[in-house]
Amino acid sequence: MPDGMQDGTRLTETFRAEGITKVYETGGLRVEALRGVDLTLYEGELVVLLGPSGSGKSTLLNILGGLDLPTAGQLFFKDLELNACSPHDLTIYRRDHVGFVFQFYNLIPSLTARENVALVTEIAEDPMAADEALEMVGLEHRLDHFPSQLSGGEQQRVAIARAIAKRPDVLLCDEPTGALDSKTGVVVLEALDRANLELGTTTALITHNAGIKDMSERVIRFADGQIISVEENPHKKAPEELTW
Amino acid sequence: MVIRIDSLNRKLFRDLWRIKGQALAISAVVACGIALMISSFGTVTVLEESMNAFYDRTRFADVFASLKRAPDSLKEDIERIPGVSVAETRIIAAVNLDLPNMAEPATGQLLSLPERGTPLLNDVVMLSGRYPSAQRPNEVAVTDAFANAHKLSVGDSFKAIINGNKRSLEIVGLGMTAEYIYALGPGSLMPDDRQFGVMWMGRQALAAAFDLDGAFNNVTISLQLGASEEEVIRRLDTLLEPYGGVGAYAREDQLSNFFLNNEITQLRTSGAIFPPVFLLVAAFLLNVVVSRIVATEREQIGLLKAFGYNDLEVGWIYLKLVLILVVAGLAMGMALGSWMGGGMITMYTTYYKFPLLDLGIDPGVLTSAAIVSLIAGLVGGLGAVRQAVKLSPAVAMAPPVPTSYKTGALSRFFSQFTISQPTRMIFRHVTRFPVRASLTTIGVAFSVALMIMSLFFLDSVERVIDVYFFQAERQTLTVSFVEPRPATVEQEIQHLPGVIQTQPTRSVAVRLRNQHLSDRKSIIGIVPGADLNRLLDSDQKTIEPPPGGLALSKHIAQDLDLKLGDMVTVEVLQERRPVEEIKIVRLVEEYLGFQAYMHIDAVNRLMREGPTVTGIHVMVDSHHADDLYATLKDTPGVAGIAQQTATLASFRETMDNTMNVMIGFYVALASLIAFGVAYNAARIALSERSRALASLRVLGFTREEVTYILLGELGILTLVSLPVGCVLGYSMALAMSPMLATDLYNFPFVIENSTYGWSVVVVCISAAFCGLITRRRVFGLDLVTALKTRE
Ligand SMILES: Nc1ncnc2c1ncn2[C@@H]1O[C@H](COP(=O)(O)OP(=O)(O)OP(=O)(O)O)[C@@H](O)[C@H]1O
Ligand SMILES: [Mg+2]
Repeated sequence: MPDGMQDGTRLTETFRAEGITKVYETGGLRVEALRGVDLTLYEGELVVLLGPSGSGKSTLLNILGGLDLPTAGQLFFKDLELNACSPHDLTIYRRDHVGFVFQFYNLIPSLTARENVALVTEIAEDPMAADEALEMVGLEHRLDHFPSQLSGGEQQRVAIARAIAKRPDVLLCDEPTGALDSKTGVVVLEALDRANLELGTTTALITHNAGIKDMSERVIRFADGQIISVEENPHKKAPEELTW
Repeated sequence: MVIRIDSLNRKLFRDLWRIKGQALAISAVVACGIALMISSFGTVTVLEESMNAFYDRTRFADVFASLKRAPDSLKEDIERIPGVSVAETRIIAAVNLDLPNMAEPATGQLLSLPERGTPLLNDVVMLSGRYPSAQRPNEVAVTDAFANAHKLSVGDSFKAIINGNKRSLEIVGLGMTAEYIYALGPGSLMPDDRQFGVMWMGRQALAAAFDLDGAFNNVTISLQLGASEEEVIRRLDTLLEPYGGVGAYAREDQLSNFFLNNEITQLRTSGAIFPPVFLLVAAFLLNVVVSRIVATEREQIGLLKAFGYNDLEVGWIYLKLVLILVVAGLAMGMALGSWMGGGMITMYTTYYKFPLLDLGIDPGVLTSAAIVSLIAGLVGGLGAVRQAVKLSPAVAMAPPVPTSYKTGALSRFFSQFTISQPTRMIFRHVTRFPVRASLTTIGVAFSVALMIMSLFFLDSVERVIDVYFFQAERQTLTVSFVEPRPATVEQEIQHLPGVIQTQPTRSVAVRLRNQHLSDRKSIIGIVPGADLNRLLDSDQKTIEPPPGGLALSKHIAQDLDLKLGDMVTVEVLQERRPVEEIKIVRLVEEYLGFQAYMHIDAVNRLMREGPTVTGIHVMVDSHHADDLYATLKDTPGVAGIAQQTATLASFRETMDNTMNVMIGFYVALASLIAFGVAYNAARIALSERSRALASLRVLGFTREEVTYILLGELGILTLVSLPVGCVLGYSMALAMSPMLATDLYNFPFVIENSTYGWSVVVVCISAAFCGLITRRRVFGLDLVTALKTRE
């Protein structure tokens, strides 16, 4: 069975990357963060990216999310050729299609949970209500709290609510549980999993915890700026079953 | 050689480099304060020293006296007055001049030179040519200012009416004198080298022309060290009384010296007011910036302490930062100050008729500049450095906590309205850091205030011009006579060609005395219902001559410690020299040239004379002005013709040359401060919020939207600071206005709307400009890097 064929149905491609390279040149130093990455992500799937530190995972995620441009290679989001986009087009792309979740939450400290989410819903085309998004991550009781009044796990769930509130096509998560203990991490992953299932959002998740790979449909392994393996996970587990 | 820089110093330099824009802004503000201090004090020093040097070199007299006529033998009696070192007699005469290129009449002051040798006192410094010889009645030396104004040089001739006879005078020399550095013609308030010339002639020739052989009508005296000036003047007055003396006066009352000192005082006052304001702002900026650095580096500071650096070593890093900024500002200020001072000296050189010394670096001024700027630095920096010293090492270990915010009353109020989240962020941030927001507001407000304070000078001067030249003194010209004339002379003048309207005036030299306080002034006799030359009060209402008693300028009343209703002793210094007690029935607020006023009939009664005038104000039909001038040129006994337009032009020129240059500097520096404060605020906001802004960009906000959040705050603070600055500027100008008053000017407190307008516009432009610079930074934000670091 070829890649992406399940139950005989051809799945829609969300991302198609061909020969992506990324070279950083700083002060005469040349770092090849990505050296020829080919990858396709399909609509609605949840993939986990694993790999040693410095292997290029974040670099790829940032390029997929339109935060950065590849040095060479082609990258398509559906029909949009991201590597040919202007900075302004990339901003519009992010605004309309992408949700981000980072290790360090990146909430706006001067806005409450609800307002942090509203920040995105105000500029999105077809958003859900801020309250609804927060309800999806189980924070309906914390609507008017400022980030400083929330725990790390709660802050991360606000970040997830903020990312999913605009009903994005893709959700890119860079070590979302990196700063959390495993119990809190599970709650956060449940929120991600729920968004993936209920909204059908294509989700890519970077983690250092190999245990988390069990909640994904596919696991992509990185080393040295290249993909070394892609394995399918036929027995996708629910987050509460995970341990790490 | 390898230069080893330890890591702490390397950190210091990196920090400095990172905040280079802000550092430059702070140092520039310090530099402005220092430059103003150095240039204005330096210029004052140069003016004073040059003046004193010139006075010494030309043996400028200590006491001056004019009289009608006394025999030369009286000189010995004068020399015998205890305290007199040198006495020199001479002849001074007013002459009408007839200059080829001038329709209007000009007047000259002829001074005699001794028969042999150079003058013992009030020497003439010859710039070219020679002294006129004693006997030649057609040879004169003139001041080079007068020669320049008429494009005359040695060898040229011009005509003068000397005691009724038109004579041709040949210029044999050009000179300068301490007596006429500020060359004021009779009855005029401003020097005008075209209308008034000072010239010297041999004693014998002059005596012959004015029938003063073997006699003199002016004496100047230098005093012995420690002599009582007052006593000498008293005795001299007694001695000269039978010879028509009009009251001896000291150097401080000598017209040119009085005016010159007046300008120096003014320069010194403004030099003392502005620099502290600048240094205050610099201290404020330093505090903001260094506090900010310490706050962002809390963890590093904690870490350094955890590694074993002690409090002093850590504090020293930040203190060094403060010192570097201050010392850089000091160095720039010294360079800028010397340059500005040099420029001012050059300007004064063309303006004052005496040799100016070069602007030297006065170690005293430099030391005080250094001390003052260090104090400003320490005041601004120490608080911030203390924060660094006080930090406990534990903070390095504590987890990062997002800044806590609360929904205050204000934001609850705003939540009634639908406002977008970015706008909400702006308001939350402003209300979350009220101290910082208000400091920024105050900083910008200060620059608005500084602008208002500088421009207030101009408004004030314009008001003086308007009141004095256009409302009070509306005559075209004033004819003043050598001797008091019977009032009937007014009819004669009325019949001259071109004369539309006339008004008599009577001026008497007096000494006003209140116990030990005294002032040499004039009492001006005014007519009721005057229309040409009016006495105005501060609300610009005409003051009618008081029926009995004296109307006194407030300024003189203050000097003499007198109030309304008090009696003042009036000692008349001419003719019969009566002494009377006169009641002060009115106080007058005057802007320019302070005097005492009485009904003209009352003055004549005081003088025990019939209707008498000393001058006639004349309104002239401009079509026939030349005919009138031609007639007046040939009229003997006319001491001077003061033309209002010429005086006004000269007044404006003086202002342009001196004050406006200073004000130009102040305005430039105030805009620089506005820029410095706004730039600092924007940079700090940017560094604090670059992470939040990057997050917004990641979420899909455009660069413009993100810039709005950052600059919206700056915009709001600037908007708030404008009215605050206007109020502050108003109060500062109000406080400064009396400080600037001298014995010659009052600076009325007037601020035109345009001054507020310009100040606001300039500050807004500065703020907008630094907004643009910051916008470029926001546009260049690197999203990925900003997100990598934790808060
Ligand atoms: N801005 C940059 N300038 C220079 N080199 C960079 C930059 N960003 C990343 N790199 C380099 O690119 C390589 C890949 O970095 P990347 O952040 O993608 O790794 P990663 O797989 O996400 O590692 P980790 O698991 O530690 O987050 C690393 O060698 C890194 O040093
Ligand atoms: Mg990474």
